Amino acid sequence: MKTISLTIDGKKVTASEGEKVLWAALDNGIYIPNLCALRDASESPAACCLCFVEVEGKSQPVTACTERVEQGMVVNTRSPGALRLARTALELLLASNVVDCAHCPANGSCELQKIAHHLGVKLKTRRFRKLLRELPVDSSSPVFIYDPNKCVLCGRCVWVCRERLGIGVLGFAHRGFERLVTTFADEPIAESRCRECGECVVACPTGALTFKEQ
Amino acid sequence: MKAAGLQSVVSTFREIKSRAESQWWELRDGGKPVVLVGTATCGRAAGALEVVQAIRDELKKQKLDCPVIEVGCMGHCYAEPIVTIIKPGYPPICYGHVNPVIAERLIREFILGDDPCLEFVLGALEENDLVPSFSDFPRAKFEKKVILKNCGYIDPQQIEHYIANGGYSALVKALQMPPEKIIDEVKRSGLRGRGGAGFPAGEKWEICRNASGKPKYLICNGDEGDPGAFMDRAILESDPHSVLEGMLIAGYAIGAPFGYLYVRAEYPLAVRRAQLALRQARKLNLLGRNILGSDFSFDIKLFQGSGAFVCGEETALIASLEGKPGIPHYRPPYPATNGLYGKPTLINNVKTLSFIRHIIQNGAEWFVSIGTERSKGTAVFALAGKVVNTGLTEVPMGTTLRQVIFDVGSGIPGGKRFKAVQIGGPSGGCLPESALDLPIDFDSLADAGAMMGSGGMIVLDEDDCMVEIARYFLDFTQRESCGKCTFCRLGTKQMLEVLDEITKGKGKIKDLDMLVELAEDIKAGSLCGLGKTAPNPVLSTLRFFRDEYEAHIKEGRCPALMCRELIAYYIIPEKCERSCDACVGTCTVEAISANKKRVKVIDQEKCVKCGTCLTSCPPQYNAVVKLSPPSQVPASK
Repeated sequence: MKTISLTIDGKKVTASEGEKVLWAALDNGIYIPNLCALRDASESPAACCLCFVEVEGKSQPVTACTERVEQGMVVNTRSPGALRLARTALELLLASNVVDCAHCPANGSCELQKIAHHLGVKLKTRRFRKLLRELPVDSSSPVFIYDPNKCVLCGRCVWVCRERLGIGVLGFAHRGFERLVTTFADEPIAESRCRECGECVVACPTGALTFKEQ
Repeated sequence: MKAAGLQSVVSTFREIKSRAESQWWELRDGGKPVVLVGTATCGRAAGALEVVQAIRDELKKQKLDCPVIEVGCMGHCYAEPIVTIIKPGYPPICYGHVNPVIAERLIREFILGDDPCLEFVLGALEENDLVPSFSDFPRAKFEKKVILKNCGYIDPQQIEHYIANGGYSALVKALQMPPEKIIDEVKRSGLRGRGGAGFPAGEKWEICRNASGKPKYLICNGDEGDPGAFMDRAILESDPHSVLEGMLIAGYAIGAPFGYLYVRAEYPLAVRRAQLALRQARKLNLLGRNILGSDFSFDIKLFQGSGAFVCGEETALIASLEGKPGIPHYRPPYPATNGLYGKPTLINNVKTLSFIRHIIQNGAEWFVSIGTERSKGTAVFALAGKVVNTGLTEVPMGTTLRQVIFDVGSGIPGGKRFKAVQIGGPSGGCLPESALDLPIDFDSLADAGAMMGSGGMIVLDEDDCMVEIARYFLDFTQRESCGKCTFCRLGTKQMLEVLDEITKGKGKIKDLDMLVELAEDIKAGSLCGLGKTAPNPVLSTLRFFRDEYEAHIKEGRCPALMCRELIAYYIIPEKCERSCDACVGTCTVEAISANKKRVKVIDQEKCVKCGTCLTSCPPQYNAVVKLSPPSQVPASK
């Protein structure tokens, strides 16, 4: 496969032809915030809106998870325009998240914390209204707890369960603000076809899916 | 295509056409009167089916043998139900606001007798000395009917009517042209997609034709979902074959063997009429294998959408056709190269495809001669809201908003003042009075902060609060958002929260800046067209009507007296008639009582602001008024 060379944040890097800018950057030690992108998936859902970067010659910031590398491309992950979009997206996610870090098992390993730190955004955002849905927590599974109030709808768990493992217990339901990762007909996870493999928990970037303490 | 095949196409079609023509002329000139009743959805809503029944019953009673034909929508939706009577010796006369009683009279007095009942006349279809014709209407000067020409004049349920009026001739002509030539013709015509974005249709066709991958698909997007837009519905209900013919030509041009007609399931009549049209076309071999004996095979399947507005977005539409949730995905790749089942797919709107037969028949030069520099042809608008002549109209691109609203639409009812026009549905914007002389085309509207969109035009008058209008549209897009990407799912919800607060008088002035900032980010960051355009109603109202936002926030006042939380109803004691009790009786919550002088007083604590008292107060007194802010109500003594 052809190798492409490009510049990201002033650093000359190489990537395989057809690779997305996001993976090219991450492989070369340049962090771009991301939640929904999956390397093994054929297409990125482009849902979380966090990986905005600026590409020279393009009028608007683009999502790094969908943009293919091109020879001689110049990418800036810290341009004001790209950072503004990523920050707004993160603030929106945080405004609709319980952000209860002190009591959260994911505290310290949560990607929201990492991204907030990277973008210089406070976890308790003041710009937007706090819009919570107060959904019930599902602790029916013997292995893990699902707290939809901490979910950012990145869809990693859905993809792992459905595409990689072929089980398909988790899926998206409803639309708009009501969109939710859930089981078929909202049945408790213990009553679904869940095999308790815990792969979804490993995939979850936040505290929405966490293992029960042994 | 082989010459032998072509000869067969021409000769087979000649036979079909001559049969259709004799059928049509027998109906029109057969010596019998003919009754046409508009039974598209607009007509039905006004009671057209009862009128049809009354006409049939009366004809039977009078032992008259004259055909009753159900036609589509003429565009005069404000005057539905509309009945047209074609009687030998008279011009074809159109009657508006017909009810069963008037219908019976028309049968008895005009068909049986010889009195054309001039008191019910809307207009004649042809110029004559007896009654004014539609061409004498002021609106006729501005209208130019191309794709609406057949609507309301032919029976959409009879393919023969369509064929006799020139239908499918363009297909026959197209089959004699090489596909590249057709694409070239469409390109030269400058036709731009009528679905909203205005992408050049010919270019899209060419990309799709040149894309590798087989089979190719064609999709006609009839998932019209904008509030206040009903053009596609009217075309599918009134002239479905024109859409099919456009699809056939497009299919031939791009080399697709198969097409989908994607229609909203909420349009049951359009679905039924399109399905019937498909069956009829198949029967005459205008659809199916080896069309008219040529080597071109093409079939169309009708697919009913499942009620999601976002499915009008092309990638979501394709997902839903594939049986997946109707959720958009990232473009590129665009459907023209990578669409349905990953194959090259051409998606065009109903109106775009309806234009095709006219372009093929009359040539690109004819189409180019209509319209403006960069937007060619005509535009179809659905006029709704505070306008006298609600309904459909087709005008050349470049016609001004003033001409459409005041000349075609006859202005604002009730002597009210025009305030704004909302164009392009939830993706569009509100334009103020100062934009009225703007010539309408794709670019001018975009520059002004609105959007051509699909062609819905909602007229607003002084009683409409612009904050509330913006809130209404945002509430719509927010609920119809698929919820996939962060900006659309959470951003529009945040904006809606702020607008809700403002309409309730709880807004803060700094919220306005946040609103604009967030709107810009949503536009730049959203995944699909729904999110990218969702903030437009807010941005355009903020741009042109910022004073109204500020009045809500700073003074707790709704200038249009519309926002319920910011108004109060008040009975002016000097105007209240002592002997009248109309408001007391109609008040749903018993909030109105009479004081010692028999003057009625509203208990503001009890009042739920339903407005019944204002409607029930007899016009000669006009004692009930709305006041904003509510503190304007004088303290009761």
